[in-house]
Amino acid sequence: MSKASLLVIDDEPAIQRLLGITLGSEGFHVQQASTAKEGVLMAANHPPDLILLDIGLPDRSGHDLLKELRGWYNKAILILSVQDSEADIVRALDNGATDYITKPFRTGELLARIRSAIRRNAVGTERSLIVSGELEIDLAARAVKRAGAFVKLTATEYDLLALFARNEGRVLTHHFLLKEVWGVGYQEQTQYLRVFVRALRKKLEEDPERPLHIMTESGVGYRFV
Amino acid sequence: MLSRIRAVPLLRQYVLCLLAVALVASGCFLAQDYMGHRVAALVLLMTVSVLAMLFRIGPVLASAAVSALVWNFFFIPPVFTFHIVSAEDLLMFLMYFVVASVNAVLSLKIRQAERRAQDKEQKEKAIALYNTVLNSLSHELRTPITAIIGGVDALQQGGHRLSADQRAELLAGIDAASERLDRQVGDLLDMGRLESGTLAPKRDWCDVNEVISGVVHRATGPGGPMHFVADPTLPLFKLDEGLLVTVLRNLVDNALRYTAGAVQLAATFSEGGCTITVADEGPGIAPAEREHVFEKFHRGEGVRTGGSGLGLSIVKGFVGAQGGTVTLSANVPAGAIFTVRIPAETSFISNLKHE
Repeated sequence: MSKASLLVIDDEPAIQRLLGITLGSEGFHVQQASTAKEGVLMAANHPPDLILLDIGLPDRSGHDLLKELRGWYNKAILILSVQDSEADIVRALDNGATDYITKPFRTGELLARIRSAIRRNAVGTERSLIVSGELEIDLAARAVKRAGAFVKLTATEYDLLALFARNEGRVLTHHFLLKEVWGVGYQEQTQYLRVFVRALRKKLEEDPERPLHIMTESGVGYRFV
Repeated sequence: MLSRIRAVPLLRQYVLCLLAVALVASGCFLAQDYMGHRVAALVLLMTVSVLAMLFRIGPVLASAAVSALVWNFFFIPPVFTFHIVSAEDLLMFLMYFVVASVNAVLSLKIRQAERRAQDKEQKEKAIALYNTVLNSLSHELRTPITAIIGGVDALQQGGHRLSADQRAELLAGIDAASERLDRQVGDLLDMGRLESGTLAPKRDWCDVNEVISGVVHRATGPGGPMHFVADPTLPLFKLDEGLLVTVLRNLVDNALRYTAGAVQLAATFSEGGCTITVADEGPGIAPAEREHVFEKFHRGEGVRTGGSGLGLSIVKGFVGAQGGTVTLSANVPAGAIFTVRIPAETSFISNLKHE
């Protein structure tokens, strides 16, 4: 991969300094904006591969900015947010954010999220075979194997798993999952989601109580890895 | 009782006072054969005194005035006139009026003094709590901050003289102190949410087994092994998952901090809700201590510091916000058991027909 470019929109000088050094030393080309206005200009002049957007900006709501950016920018947008703001996070994800990370974050995790989001930029054409550890999901054949053996799934379980697999590494909100798998009108039926995730974990995970593939993002949704 | 009477609307207080005067006056009027009109004055005066203890100044003064006139009209000869013949009765009527009014005013003053004393006591209590908060906070927050500043100084100034091991140790110290600071700020924010009264639980269907497993597997720090065996028949509960996670994390942190033995978690369905227990094999908590452990900044005798002193009061607050309770009992043969009960809507669709 050639040198990826990042745009950080955050008003805190301390965070900007930290991200400038860490991301720069990891080989990214980093642009930095401290206001929403500046951020939009930079994103328009030199569209980056990923935007790191702080949701609490001084001059404008990060949610508004996200909506505006999504009007013309279709690469990854990673939301920076503070803890205990699940409602904010869900709103941003439903408005088209690619992923989120809460402050304070560990650098390793931030880099992993950035890399995974940029990788998904590149995957334009959908892969039909997804391999994750001992799991093999063949979307063309609608077949799932675990450690080489076929796993029998119900139609709904398969639909849910396929949706997870197509969005590998990305957090999917409860609303999104319910709407995609069960349809409009089921967005509030989170008990279905709980039951089917439990069933999928039982069939796919080595230890269903300690999942390695279908991860829970408390209060937000699930992430398939 | 008194405060409830004082909360009665003013208009109704007037009505009640005048009714009382009317009632007592009628009684005296009927018993006139057995008591002179001067005894009737004392009985009425006593009535006004009792009213003065219960009601506000306006209604009491009104009943003083009305009772004086009633006494004059119905009791002082010649009756059924406001006319007073004897000088003695005239003097008594004037004195009645003054004594009744003085009574009302004095009661008011006593009440005001009482209230001032109460306010002062409350203010002193608030100041004492505030001081405890400040002392505890400045200690609990400054300890990690000191470790961070000191660690950074040592790395900046003595960097070249330090061995790689020493450097790694300082960095690990800064790391641990930062995490500790972050946890404490988190506790303070949780406490702030509780005290501001803006905590509105967002209930949604929740797989409690999954929540507990998550907390168990994320717990860090010293302490013994943790055991949790998920009950596959446990239904889904409609409760606030974020609050539950915080509650469990605090209970588990608490158990790990104070015991070296195993920590056992369990979740069961009980009539109308979910019951979760966190049992440890530590030294346990003496019965006299039990009611205090949920108080802010309370710390048991001779226990190590390191937490914010808010953990268990946050537990109590977050459980209470969902209408639940948390209780503490003794484990056998040793240790403590925290039991959290949260009433919640329940769903047994776990065995949903799979389509």
